[in-house]
Amino acid sequence: MSLSLQEVTKTVGRETHINTVSLSFESGSRNILLGRTLAGKTSLLRLMAGLDRPTFGRIMANGKDVTGESVRKRSVAMVYQQFINYPSLTVFNNIASPLKLARVEKSEIDRRVRRTAEMLHLDRFLDRLPAELSGGQQQRVAIARALVKETDLLLLDEPLVNLDYKLREELREELQDIFETRKSIVVYTTTEPTEALMLGGNIVVMDEGRVLQTGPTPEVYHHPATTKVAEVFSDPPINFLSGTVRDGVARMGRDIAIPLIHHMHSLKDGDYGFGVRSNHLFLNRRSSDDVEIPATVELTEINGSETFIHATHDSVELVIQEKGVRSVQSGVEITIYVRPSRFFVYDKSGALVASPSVEDLKG
Amino acid sequence: MKGKKKFVGLIIYFILLVIPIYWMLNMSLRSNADILASFSLYPENLTFMNYRAIFTDPSWYMGYVNAILYVVLNTVISLGVALPAAYAFSRYQFVGDKQMFFWLLTNRMAPAAVFALPFFQLYSTFGLLDTHIAVALAHCLFNVPLAVWILEGFMSGVPREIDETAFIDGYSFPKFFITIFIPLIRAGVGVTAFFCFMFSWVELLLARTLTVTDAKPISAIMTRTISATGLDYGLLAAAGILTIVPGAAVIWFVRNHMAKGFALGRV
Repeated sequence: MSLSLQEVTKTVGRETHINTVSLSFESGSRNILLGRTLAGKTSLLRLMAGLDRPTFGRIMANGKDVTGESVRKRSVAMVYQQFINYPSLTVFNNIASPLKLARVEKSEIDRRVRRTAEMLHLDRFLDRLPAELSGGQQQRVAIARALVKETDLLLLDEPLVNLDYKLREELREELQDIFETRKSIVVYTTTEPTEALMLGGNIVVMDEGRVLQTGPTPEVYHHPATTKVAEVFSDPPINFLSGTVRDGVARMGRDIAIPLIHHMHSLKDGDYGFGVRSNHLFLNRRSSDDVEIPATVELTEINGSETFIHATHDSVELVIQEKGVRSVQSGVEITIYVRPSRFFVYDKSGALVASPSVEDLKG
Repeated sequence: MKGKKKFVGLIIYFILLVIPIYWMLNMSLRSNADILASFSLYPENLTFMNYRAIFTDPSWYMGYVNAILYVVLNTVISLGVALPAAYAFSRYQFVGDKQMFFWLLTNRMAPAAVFALPFFQLYSTFGLLDTHIAVALAHCLFNVPLAVWILEGFMSGVPREIDETAFIDGYSFPKFFITIFIPLIRAGVGVTAFFCFMFSWVELLLARTLTVTDAKPISAIMTRTISATGLDYGLLAAAGILTIVPGAAVIWFVRNHMAKGFALGRV
């Protein structure tokens, strides 16, 4: 099965939710839709499922136009962000309902429901009602119902966002294994860059109803084509310093000079934006190449095993992501260290000019 | 201390509510002569003659049968019409949907007396006068808007995604509506049925205008007990007590749904 969207646009009232999107998906592929809230991820999924009809454009399945076809006739399964189950049916009947409606034989239903339930660790709860389960288990039921019928298209709309951290990790790993074995097109939406990276596959980066960039997930992560993609695909958002290149030296911020080495050696003279991800900024020197950025601490956020330090340099806000718990007083002057090989360079229009080589990032 | 005060307050309130009902019960168990002769807090010469009179005279007991018939008929029609209508109001957007929803409610703003004459003419033209269906249909004027209003509140509380999931799974609309959706708003249906039943049961004016003998409800019959010999207090009281019974029974059946309904929906 292949699914393709051809210049699909969806407007609701005066608002454009999806703006001329063209995409194609092949069976067996795992696809991540990454974008912030209101980027149009859910709208796009609904169009793909056939729940909404595009205002313009066509949707093709296996080369056949299915634009206006009812969702009941399509081979599609969907998992919502909220835990959606049939409250009046038991877990078993919830999972079995798509099979029952497809008139699958009773013994076959029983076998498949039990196998799917086992896969998602629901085998002990088959006789319960969804309301008698925890949130994580309820979402497992919804996922099981989507998996039990081997559909051509499997859509998951931020399925893990309402779960607590630990359950999310657990279920994400299981889902990865499950996706491996499926022949269907899997489309998974998320707002979190880390989640997208863990799931791998192909990525579609979206913003304000448009597709910004597509490609294999790691490749897009390492080469975000525009400043907007870099922002969406970094958490916390990538830091930008504007600067100029003249006579083989880049100058940015308040008189920080960096030599044009590594990927930047062929930069022409001109104005550029230099982007660097928060996890590449450090509070201590790590190598002799490191460039120093003086900054003033504004705020420190401790997030479990990580600390986010918000600081300003030349009235530009920078976020440093450090491992472990660090306490830095607000208002203190600090020095931020960054290796020059870590900079993404964008031209004035926001298009990528040079990106760090993957080997350099690992080093 | 506070709990005790509340308790005492509730007891007083309850007593005030019960006094007239108790007095009616008291009178229904005494003969007319006894009622007129002496004042008594309880029936000294206990008699069931009033009840016997009602249960043996068809012109009395048929009043209950007629009333129950058109009330049940009305409840069924109201729910049958209001369920799909409320679903449409809660799920779809169409031109003038909000205006139409409000217009439905305005039907409840006019007193029944306004409609009595037009209804009488209309039903007599169609030959529906003095039938149960005539009263049931007339009461729909008040009950359908109310039912739509209550049910819409309950339906809007059900996430739309459940409908979509059902369609993705392959449910046809009628199957989804009956096997998945209605069980979800069971409490709402119970509450709505209760209100339809109650409004139709206590309504007097339209029921009396549209019936002559064959479909005459008990409340209309009760107004006839004034005769040349005066008011038949005992009989009237017994009829009154019996009129409370069906309502009380319905409340008993839907009491759990009611509590949930008041907590959840638009009642």
